[in-house]
Amino acid sequence: MTTWTVIDEQQSHLLEAGDTLVLDPSLLGWQRKPEGLCRDEVCIPVPADVPPGAMDAALLARLLQRPIVIDPDEHVAAFAAPAAERADALRSGMAPDFELPDVHGILHRLSDFRGKKVVLYAYASW
Amino acid sequence: MWRALHEELAPEGLAVITVAIDRSIDDPRPFIEAAGATHPSLIDTEHRVADLYNMVNVPTVLWIDEDGRIVRPQDVHYVSNQLASITKFHNRKPTAALRAWVHGDAPAYPGDVVADTKVADETHQEARAAFALGWWLSQQGRAEAAERWFVRAGELAPHDFTIRRGSMPIRGIDPMGPAFFQMAGEWAAQGKAYYLPLPDTATGDDDYDAEPIEELDLEAFARSIEEGR
Repeated sequence: MTTWTVIDEQQSHLLEAGDTLVLDPSLLGWQRKPEGLCRDEVCIPVPADVPPGAMDAALLARLLQRPIVIDPDEHVAAFAAPAAERADALRSGMAPDFELPDVHGILHRLSDFRGKKVVLYAYASW
Repeated sequence: MWRALHEELAPEGLAVITVAIDRSIDDPRPFIEAAGATHPSLIDTEHRVADLYNMVNVPTVLWIDEDGRIVRPQDVHYVSNQLASITKFHNRKPTAALRAWVHGDAPAYPGDVVADTKVADETHQEARAAFALGWWLSQQGRAEAAERWFVRAGELAPHDFTIRRGSMPIRGIDPMGPAFFQMAGEWAAQGKAYYLPLPDTATGDDDYDAEPIEELDLEAFARSIEEGR
């Protein structure tokens, strides 16, 4: 067994697995039920020959439509957000909420500014 | 940079929020301190905002109304004309459009915001995962492995300069140096644009006629950056 790191958007998780990454879907917030993989009211069917419990990471990524990259030498993998989820959010017309720190480490939420017009300006030192 | 507009328009109900897409707070700190920013100056080391809003370059500006609705697709807005002789972006029209929107004198956008909003496909999201992997490996001191993932991320999303240029400082590559100019040159040679400004506020000759800009004294500019660090 080897210790793997799984990066799920902003979070990283440590888990034990073999040379191939398998993980419990609950790590990503999904529960295995008779209907399939479920989160809140949504269930995604799982092929009948897939046993319950830890699941191959690439298969799990495919079922959840979450792009994944796996580095088998470094024992680390990263999941991205589903493209459809991001696209639906933008196409809803509402500004996706986020929370980020300022120079002093104080966290600010975009939704804290509800009631004002907001200019969101992304820049970089590069 | 945004301080003056923020202070001018805050009494009219505008909040300016700047987000630095950088490695750590220390990267944008000199800019924030030199500007004496009075608005929230946030730092996004994980490219969270780029992911949520599908931003592919900086500077990128987005307008959000009182109800949290995006009222204008993302655009390029250099607030200062200091670099205009290099960037070819004049601030006259974007700044006038912003004032008009805040004052309620004009709609935020003449077109269909949702239709004109670009979204990421699965390959692009995979690129973002590859970038996240590279960034994590880099923070663990595993630079060689990180490099492979940064390269991979750039191959998957060649149009995303928050990945291709944004990863340069992490990889020890000068983001203002030859590697950047080679990348930008190759991109242009394919007939592709490095920036995608909205047409309604695009810079034209009329901007330079109305408000001439001074040629940038590059040496003085380089000195001011060095002194700012």
